[in-house]
Amino acid sequence: MELYEMTAHELRGKFERRELSSAEVTAAVMKRAADIEPLVRAYVTIAHDEADSAAAEADRALAPGKSAPPLAGIPIAVKDNMCTKGMRTTCSSKILANFVPPYDATVVTRLRGQMAVITGKTNLDEFAMGSSTENSGIHKTFNPWDLERVPGGSSGGSAAAVAAGMAIMATGSDTGGSIRQPASFCGVVGLKPTYGLVSRYGLVAFASSLDQIGPITRDVEDAALLLNAMAGHDPLDTTSAKIMPPDYTTFINRSVKGMRIGLPAEYFGDGQEPEVRAAIDKSVRKLEELGAEPVEVELHHSPYAVAAYYLCATAEASSNLARYDGAQYGMRAEADNVIDMCSRTRARGFGAEVKRRIMLGTYALSAGYYDAYYVKALKARTLIKRDFDRAFEKCDVIASPTSPTAAFKVGEKTDNPLEMYLSDIFTIPVNLAGICAISIPCGFTLQNLPIGLQLIAPAFEEGRLFTISHAFEQATEWHKKRPSVMPSS
Amino acid sequence: MNGISPELVRHVALLSRLELSEGETCRFGDDLANILDYVAKLNELDTSSIPPTSHSFKMSNVFREDVVQPSLTNPEALANAPDAENDCFKVPAVIQEL
Repeated sequence: MELYEMTAHELRGKFERRELSSAEVTAAVMKRAADIEPLVRAYVTIAHDEADSAAAEADRALAPGKSAPPLAGIPIAVKDNMCTKGMRTTCSSKILANFVPPYDATVVTRLRGQMAVITGKTNLDEFAMGSSTENSGIHKTFNPWDLERVPGGSSGGSAAAVAAGMAIMATGSDTGGSIRQPASFCGVVGLKPTYGLVSRYGLVAFASSLDQIGPITRDVEDAALLLNAMAGHDPLDTTSAKIMPPDYTTFINRSVKGMRIGLPAEYFGDGQEPEVRAAIDKSVRKLEELGAEPVEVELHHSPYAVAAYYLCATAEASSNLARYDGAQYGMRAEADNVIDMCSRTRARGFGAEVKRRIMLGTYALSAGYYDAYYVKALKARTLIKRDFDRAFEKCDVIASPTSPTAAFKVGEKTDNPLEMYLSDIFTIPVNLAGICAISIPCGFTLQNLPIGLQLIAPAFEEGRLFTISHAFEQATEWHKKRPSVMPSS
Repeated sequence: MNGISPELVRHVALLSRLELSEGETCRFGDDLANILDYVAKLNELDTSSIPPTSHSFKMSNVFREDVVQPSLTNPEALANAPDAENDCFKVPAVIQEL
């Protein structure tokens, strides 16, 4: 196995036994990233020099007799909507193409505190608005399993990088499925934590009541390690939960005997590819073999989730993105008065999907339409949240496909925004309810494309997700498969 | 289908501070009409007795002591400015000469 294909917990063992140094692993990962970046295009910025010096520093901390933090020396990619002091943070938007933040996001501060090696900044749909990374204003990213297909989105760069060995692990952000859906499309693990578990300070805001940062990794144990580093109260984020998170690695290697798995009929209907459905059914049977008990649950209002989401999320986005006015930072288009400067800057700086969502959100909040659209969506959100509360009286976790299909072809859905939105039909309800969910590899299509199983748990019950997904992983081999991307010489 | 007139698209674009081309006005009109048509399915739900949820968890205002903390220096704050003068951000005139 190549060094760049290893997991963080495997590398940690090798660091401790002095079999490897961070400098060696970092060099292997950075070379791999440079070799295949022309094919995969996972990164907006590759930080070779910063990574080298961080690895050297980590190796000093990993010296015998010192107690280095768990992620010391591990090469980690950061999604380019999280601020990195002194390192360009673009949100994959032309409007922020040259923005260099004067501060670190709290998640980045915590990774640096653990002496992790930041490899660079990964590509996304502009401002995290999209499900394929095709909306990036910088360039498209391609799926390492089939370079003619999308990696999913919006954290497509992070998922592709982890799948292809261009980073050992990565951060993602998830507003309606943006961690889980690309993890599913790229055959890696992606976790959306409970709203408030991970600080959003320094995460460029899209929809503040839905956005959440989480880990994208090659296996479940790595996801627990990365969540350990990220989670916890932050006074700089007023929506940060005041709880003391447990050590998530203590939830792995536990039995799932007697764990009740809810199967919502609404998630097992016609709207999915037969191969996806077959893989999910097989995975549920596997969990049964391991001692879990399937139970039927109802999520009656989930068919309304996409509609509610596209009103709530765009309304919040229209307000959050008002700050890009060309005055203090980012791109400016010249004009002879301030209002024209602002309107022209936004016209030239934002891509079509961002404009479309700002327009939809502005419309939904505007006089005469506010109650009919925005407030109606917030009421539907209440119903969706109550459905989950009721379902979790009967079960411990809920299982579903992560996405109705495997990775689709580049360009397949770009002409139809609505069809693209429906790619997140199973992930969106989780964000509206503020609860947590994980996507893990659970099979492949005949065309060798990964399929993801989504497991959902109540608020702050990430531990259950780690227990059940680790048990599944131990009993299967899906997570060990890697795409074979060869550098073109 | 919901009718979205070009006038309405232009009004929303003005509120959004987005300068749109004729082509975009047309395209966004169609896109918005399609999306609004889809979200109209929310009207199937009786929500007359349902309170709205703007946030997943009950939250109240979060306060802290109002004490001075280290913050950005003037050069740091201006480092990303498209234009600056006399330690300030510079923009076109806000008040027109008569």
